Amino acid sequence: MNKNIMIVGVGGQGSLLASKLLGNVVMASGYDVKVSEVHGMAQRGGSVVTYVKYSDHKVYSPVINEGEADMIISFELLEAARWLPYLKKGGTIVVNNQQIAPMPVITGAATYPENIADKLDDIVDDLIVVDALSLAEEAGNAKAVNVVLMGVASRTLGFSEEVWQDALTTCVPPKYLELNKKAFALGQNQ
Amino acid sequence: MNHLKKLMLGNEAVARGVYEAGGRVVSSYPGTPSTEITEFLAKYDDVYCEWAPNEKVAMEVAIGASIGGRRSFCGMKHVGLNVAADPLFTASYTGVNAGLVIGVADDPGMHSSQNEQDSRHYAESSKIPMVEPSDSQECIDYVKTAYELSERFDTPVLLRMSTRIAHSQSIVETSDPLDLPLKEYKKDAAKYVMMPGYAKLKHPIVEKRTEALRQYAETTSLNQVILNKGTDVGVICAGTTYTYAREALGDKVSYLKLGLIHPMPVKLIQDFASKMSKVYVIEELDDFIETHCARIGVKVIGKELFGWIGEFSQKYIAEKMLGETPKIYAFGENVPVRPPVMCAGCPHRGLFYTLHKLKLTVFGDIGCYTLGAQAPLSAIDTTVCMGASISGLHGFNTARGEESASKSVCVIGDSTFIHSGITGLIDIAYNQGISTVIILDNSITGMTGHQQNPTTGYTIKGDPTAAVSLEKLCAAVGINRVRVCDPYNLKETMDAVKEEIAVAEPSVIISRRPCALLKYVKHKAPLKIDVDKCRGCKACLKLGCPAISVPNGKAQIDNTLCVGCGLCADLCPFDAIVE
Repeated sequence: MNKNIMIVGVGGQGSLLASKLLGNVVMASGYDVKVSEVHGMAQRGGSVVTYVKYSDHKVYSPVINEGEADMIISFELLEAARWLPYLKKGGTIVVNNQQIAPMPVITGAATYPENIADKLDDIVDDLIVVDALSLAEEAGNAKAVNVVLMGVASRTLGFSEEVWQDALTTCVPPKYLELNKKAFALGQNQ
Repeated sequence: MNHLKKLMLGNEAVARGVYEAGGRVVSSYPGTPSTEITEFLAKYDDVYCEWAPNEKVAMEVAIGASIGGRRSFCGMKHVGLNVAADPLFTASYTGVNAGLVIGVADDPGMHSSQNEQDSRHYAESSKIPMVEPSDSQECIDYVKTAYELSERFDTPVLLRMSTRIAHSQSIVETSDPLDLPLKEYKKDAAKYVMMPGYAKLKHPIVEKRTEALRQYAETTSLNQVILNKGTDVGVICAGTTYTYAREALGDKVSYLKLGLIHPMPVKLIQDFASKMSKVYVIEELDDFIETHCARIGVKVIGKELFGWIGEFSQKYIAEKMLGETPKIYAFGENVPVRPPVMCAGCPHRGLFYTLHKLKLTVFGDIGCYTLGAQAPLSAIDTTVCMGASISGLHGFNTARGEESASKSVCVIGDSTFIHSGITGLIDIAYNQGISTVIILDNSITGMTGHQQNPTTGYTIKGDPTAAVSLEKLCAAVGINRVRVCDPYNLKETMDAVKEEIAVAEPSVIISRRPCALLKYVKHKAPLKIDVDKCRGCKACLKLGCPAISVPNGKAQIDNTLCVGCGLCADLCPFDAIVE
């Protein structure tokens, strides 16, 4: 068994916490795992991607290539379209329906594609669209979009509730734990 | 022994390895993808850890600590090793007292760098052994081996990282740290004083050492042969490319994985090749291993197939060697690019808006502010290396004359200025230049993720310390015109720039405001658009702020991003942007 999960979004949306959470969950579940992150310049509002790979054998390459992802968790609509070629045939996309305009769109040099969710739905077999921003605000902070989406993804990914809760406790500072547990539960119950 | 299994970032694992090996003095300069090694080391209470002003100083501190009898470490990105190359080449001659490991992180694919240089050449040209791990466990293990090699062969040892190893987490087992006594320091001029008489005696010892290390390379477990049955195709690789090759090719080929990449073995490679009908060398960037194979008469397929540029991947290797291409989904229409941008509320924005408006030639430097080169600010003309903004501008204006100095400035961050900008400024003052230097003082080292530096008043461990006064420093080197402006105040910033470029003497403007991402910076509430007043003129878009857009004829502010800096409200001709 090998699983390749991509977490994509816009720098600053909290993809590092999401991948840390998933990495801890799969390790606690007894798998070998690699989590590959992006640091540095791309974090400044650029397109960011994190790879989480796990297997009951040894995981070698830390990266996921085109056609290899079992699931793409996208924090933003345009990013889901950008990373679509990385999805394996028959794979799942979980996407936050939020739109964040990149600078070329803001300056008018490019246009933001319309109806991305509908178009993705026509292309892939399994698309889950979530209003993660509203749910994060309901949990108490717009920045909890990342944890809401992990809650949504957790239903497809499996793993025990206990393992997810333990990972939240490990990865989130105590001050924000309650808020993030609430955000995770709101995602799970979507 | 305490065997704890943990998911660990490669850079954290390097730190763990240094700690477990008894490394207790660490001096580094931040640079992606190497920065976290030193940040993690700073968390160990019994490790002395510092940010040095630049990589050369860092390496000299580590060399001194090694001579002083403590195992030491310094870390840097690939281009940092260029800065530290001077001590590197001679530390090769002096050798060590306690072990010395130098971490250098390459960035194939240039995720966060200005060039794609291959640091393996430094190992060969400085005659210093180099190890290269391929996952986090090897980061710990190889660092420990590196310290043993350093003391056994009396040499510094280079640890080569690359982005994918540095910034990937994998599972490690940790063990208890060594608690080593301080080694005795013995005065020994023939070992540590590298003047010609002594250096001439040292060079033959260095050559002999490389030969001894080559013998070691034949048998060390750092180099692994993995023979798979039923195949006579061999692959020689190291580090990241080993992980890609293993995933792409599995047991279809046999492997020679090199963990010690300088010096490389001869007989081991020849023996491996003699068992194969065909041998591939898979290596990112230069033909370092391939060249060695050619020298020892082993015929391989390398760069003719794989090329010299960027990162490889399992897909790339499968395509090249197996002719396999995956079937993929296509979105079917153009997806606009999303380049990194200066953050909402970034203090650099007001300054770059001013420079763009004045249509100045701007010599740039290395940091977040390099993003000022992008549209719509499009303010930067050049970026070469750390510090090159100031000296480069001096050269530019010397070539083009006084008129040019009235239409040009350079920009450099606070940390970069300390790193190697100050020497350029001394050059201007000493040689009667008239250029205008702008120091973007955001009170932190920004791009690499908020490291303290000599201007911030705090050490890497967060302890208060002496802070360099930029004003006094610039005055002390002979600059008579030094002034401070607030880049959130566009008029003040405009006045400062106009006045300083107009005068025929050198000047420094310190554009000062803390980075908007610093936790202690208090933000105002997000601004709002008065839709009745907004006419959709797009004046606000000239700032290139990610929080403001004009999607349907009216401006719109993203309240998850806006920090209320007020620059857009300043620009709006209709007062449509309000608190």
